[in-house]
Amino acid sequence: MAGNKLKTILATDCGSTTTKAILIELTDQGYRLKTRGEAPTTVEAPFEDVTKGVLNAIMEVEELSGLKILDGDQIIHPMKDDNTGVDVYVSTSSAGGGLQMMVAGVVKAMTGESAERAALGAGSIVMDVLASNDGRLPHQKIERIRQLRPDMILLSGGIDGGTVSHVVELAEILAAANPKPRLGQNYKLPVIYAGNKKAQDNIAETLGEITDLDIIENIRPVLEVENLGPARDKIHDLFMEHVMAQAPGYKKLMTWTDAPIMPTPGAVGSLIEMVARQENISVVGVDIGGATTDIFSVFQGQFNRTVSANLGMSYSVCNVLAEATLENVLRWVPIDIDEGELTNRIGNKMIRPTTVPQSLEELIIEQAIAREALRLSFIQHKSFAVSLKGVQSQRTISDAFDQSGSGETLVDMMELDLLVGSGGVLSHAPRREQAMRMMIDAFVPEGITQLAVDSIFMMPQLGVMANIEHADMAEDARKAAVEVFEKDCLIRLGTCIAPAGKPKPGSVMLTAEFDIPGEGIKKVELKTGEIIVIPASYQPIKAKLTPAKNMTMGKDRGEALETEVYGGTVGLILDGRGRPFELSTEKSKRIENLNKWSKATNEYPDTELLGGA
Amino acid sequence: MAHSYTPGLKVLHETKVRKDRILPLKGEVIVEAGASVTPDDIVARTHLPGNVQMLNVGNILNIDPTDVEAVMQKPVGSEFTKGEMLAETKGIFGLFKSKVMAPINCTLESISSITGQVVLRDAPIPVEIDAYIRGVVAEVVLEEGVIIDTEAVFIQGIFGIGGESRGELVVVTDSREDELTVDMIKPEHAGKVLVGGSFISLAAYKKALSMKVAGVVVGGFNYFDLEEILGYTLGVAITGSEDLVTSLVLTEGYGKIRMGSRTFDLLKQHHGKFTSINGATQIRAGVIRPEIVIPLNPEDIKGDVHAIQINEGIQAGSLVRVIRAPYFGRIGIVVSLPPELQKMESETMVRVAEIKIDDQVMVIPRANLEMVETD
Repeated sequence: MAGNKLKTILATDCGSTTTKAILIELTDQGYRLKTRGEAPTTVEAPFEDVTKGVLNAIMEVEELSGLKILDGDQIIHPMKDDNTGVDVYVSTSSAGGGLQMMVAGVVKAMTGESAERAALGAGSIVMDVLASNDGRLPHQKIERIRQLRPDMILLSGGIDGGTVSHVVELAEILAAANPKPRLGQNYKLPVIYAGNKKAQDNIAETLGEITDLDIIENIRPVLEVENLGPARDKIHDLFMEHVMAQAPGYKKLMTWTDAPIMPTPGAVGSLIEMVARQENISVVGVDIGGATTDIFSVFQGQFNRTVSANLGMSYSVCNVLAEATLENVLRWVPIDIDEGELTNRIGNKMIRPTTVPQSLEELIIEQAIAREALRLSFIQHKSFAVSLKGVQSQRTISDAFDQSGSGETLVDMMELDLLVGSGGVLSHAPRREQAMRMMIDAFVPEGITQLAVDSIFMMPQLGVMANIEHADMAEDARKAAVEVFEKDCLIRLGTCIAPAGKPKPGSVMLTAEFDIPGEGIKKVELKTGEIIVIPASYQPIKAKLTPAKNMTMGKDRGEALETEVYGGTVGLILDGRGRPFELSTEKSKRIENLNKWSKATNEYPDTELLGGA
Repeated sequence: MAHSYTPGLKVLHETKVRKDRILPLKGEVIVEAGASVTPDDIVARTHLPGNVQMLNVGNILNIDPTDVEAVMQKPVGSEFTKGEMLAETKGIFGLFKSKVMAPINCTLESISSITGQVVLRDAPIPVEIDAYIRGVVAEVVLEEGVIIDTEAVFIQGIFGIGGESRGELVVVTDSREDELTVDMIKPEHAGKVLVGGSFISLAAYKKALSMKVAGVVVGGFNYFDLEEILGYTLGVAITGSEDLVTSLVLTEGYGKIRMGSRTFDLLKQHHGKFTSINGATQIRAGVIRPEIVIPLNPEDIKGDVHAIQINEGIQAGSLVRVIRAPYFGRIGIVVSLPPELQKMESETMVRVAEIKIDDQVMVIPRANLEMVETD
C-alpha cells in the first residue's frame, strides 16, 4: 500500500432480508462511494450460510465496478499488485433477529436502566429488564427468563462496596431459571456480570458452573457515574464469540473480515456518536424499518439509543395502528376514507410486507403511518434518554426556581442541530419534500435544525469502518467513514426554522432575512399557521431571524438571532405552525390545512385529485 | 426470458409433505421408522422441568442466611409434599420454634447462604407430541422426535389463527364468491373443517366456535374483528398459540376477497376427506404460513407431481395475483416484464410487470404481485 493509504474498502451489512455491499475508493476528492450491490440474505433454509448472500452482493459490486474482488468464493484482500481485490473487508450483521438480550439490575430506574443503556448502545434488542423492585415475584421472573431465551444476559446491581445480597438474589433467580441460549443447545448461555465489585466471588459461585460467566467492571461504580464502555465492549466480543458463531455461515464470515463483525445498530450508533463528537453538535438519527424503529441521539455529549421493537412499516405496521390509534393516523390524511377498509388495507400490508404503494392514496396513507411510528418511537426515546437517576446534585440558591432534577430527558429540540433519517419510507420517498415533511411533523424540531436522509442506508457499513482498530488501518478507515458519510451517504434536505411558542392567529410570528450567495437578500414574513419554502442549495446562508414578542428562536422571547443556516435539496422550510404544534380537531379545517401545507412544500403531485380541498 | 423472483403461496394437488414433529427438550421417541401413523397417534414424549418457586427462609425465620442450611429438614435433592415442614428453628430451650412449610409438592434444589433463599422445583410437566397428519415415519431423530412423510394436497394460506387442528373437510358454499354465513354452520359440523368462499363475518366465526367446528378456511376476514376474538389488537402477524377450538385460515387476506379458483376447486374436489390444518402464521424472517394438508389415499396418488423450482420466479405467462390496492385480489397472466424502472401514480419508481386481467393489460409493480404456484 503506497503511502500507507487504504485505497479500496469493501463493507457489507447482512440484514435479516437483504445483504448490502458497498465499495469505497480513494479518489482525487478523497474517499468516495464507488458502487453498491445487494442480494437476499441467506441465513435461513434452504441455504443456511450467510456467506452465500455476501458473495452474491459482492458479485454485483464486481459487475458494476469492473473490479475483480472475488477469487472463487474468497474475497481477495489485501489488494494484490495486479490491482485485484480490496485493502480491507468489514461487515455488520442483524440477520437472524439481531442480538437479543435480557438485562438485570437491582433498582429498575438506576442499575437496571444503566444495564439497558449499555445493551442498547451495543446494538442489542432488550427483551426485558429484570430488577429486584420490578413488582414481579421470583417465580414470575424465572418463568419469564425461561420463556424468552435470550442470546445473553447482562447482570448488574449495586454500587461498588454496597449491599451484596440483592444482586446475588438476582443471580440466584437466573441460576434457578437455568436459561438456555436461543441459538444452539450445545453451549452455555453467556452472562456478563457488571455489578458491585464486592459480590464478584458470590456471583461466580452462583453462576460460574451453569453459565458462561464474564466478570467486568461495575456499570455504576458510584451513583453519580455510569461506566458503560467495558460492558458494551464485552457484549460486542460475546456477540462475535457466541451468537454469531452459532448462526449459519458466520464462522466462515468471521475469518474473512479485518475487524470484528458488529451488530448493525451498534455500528450506526457509533457513527452518529462520532459525527456528533467531531462537529460538536447535537444529533438525532432514526432508522425506520419494516419491523422496528431505532432512534439514536447525542445531547450534551451523551449517547443514547432506543429500539421500538414493534413500530415499523410492514411487519409491525398494525402495531403502529394499535398504539397510535386509527384516529391519529387519519389526522394526517387529507382524504375521506372508509375506516373499515383502511384497517383491512393496513392489515394486508402486514401480511404481505414487501408490497409498495402504487397509487397516490396508498402513498399518503403509508406516510401518515410513518409519521405516527416516528412520533411514538421518539416519545419512547425521550423518556429513556435521561440524565442519571438517583444522583444527588448540589443546589445553589440560583437553582431554587429551576425544577430540573435527576432523570430528566436530555432531548432538547431547541438544542438539536441535525436530524438524520433512514429506512425505506424516508430514504425512498418519491419526493425529498415528503421525507422532510414526515420528519418535521413527527419530531417537531424547534429553532434551527438541519435535516438529512441516508441515501442508501450505508450508515452500518460506515460505522463498522470507523471502528477498525488495526493500528495501520484505523486512521484511514475512520477518515473514509467520515468523508463518505458527508459526501455520499447524507442527502442534505435543508433546514427547518421553527419559532417556539403559541402564536396569535393571523399574526406575523417571524421576520426573516436571508443572504443567499448569488441571489442576494431575501426577506420573508412568516404568518401563524403557514409553511414557507425558500429554495436554497447546501451552502452557508447568513440569516437574521426576528421572532414576534411571544415567540422564541432559542434566545429570549422576541430576541433576534443572527446566524448561518444551510439549504439542501428541499431548501429552507419556515414552519409557522407554532410549538407545541397541534392539528385542528375540526375535520374540514384540518384537511384544508394539510392541503395548504402540502401545496406550500410541493409534497404531493395534486391532492385535489383525491377529493381534498 | 426475463423473470423475477416473487413470493408465492403453494396450491398443490399432489405433493410429498414432510413434517418435523420434534420435542422442545430431549425425550423418548415412541414410534419406529417406517410405521404408519394417524394424526392423533403420540409419536414422542418428554418431561419439561417443573416451575420454580423461591422462598426466603432466612427472612421468614428471621435467621442469618448462613444458618438456613442447618434448619432445613432434609438435604438438597430431597422431595417434599405440600404442607410438609421444610425448615424449623431450634427456638429457645425448645420453645418458640418458627417453621416454614412446603407450599407445593417439590424437590429442594438449592439453599443460598448469602441471601437465605431456597429454590423449590415443581414436579416435571409431561409433554407429548402427536403425528398431526396421517403418514409414514420417514425418519427418527434420536431422543428428539420424528419426521413424517405423506402424499397429500398441500395449500398455503396467507394468514391464520389457532394452532393445529383436524377433521373432515366440508365445503359449505356453492362458489368461491359466496360468504360463509351464520345459517350455514350447523351442529353436525362439530369437529369438521369448513370451507367457505370469500369471507366469514365475526358473527359466523363465533357461531363456528360455539358449534366446536375444528377449522374454517375462507378467502378473507375483517382485520378489525380479530381483536374481539383474540382479546388484543394484533400488532404483528405472529400467531398459532391462541387457544381456539376453531382454527381459521385465510387464503387471500383481510376484507371480502373471493377465494382463488384453483384453491376452491381443489378443496371442493376433496370434500369429505380427512384434513389437517394449522393456522400458525409468522411473518418475519423465517416466514411460516398457515396450511391445509389433505393426505391422499393410495388409489388417489397419480404420481404426476412436478418438482417445484424454488426461486424460479415469474415470467411471461405466469399466473399471478395482485396483492395491493388498487387491484387487490385480481388474478392475471404476466404479459411482459419490462426491465426499466417505471413511475407509478404515487411517483414511486419501481420495476413493473404488464399483467393481463380480464382482457385488459395493466402495469403493476412486481413487488405487488404474488405467484400463484400450482402443479
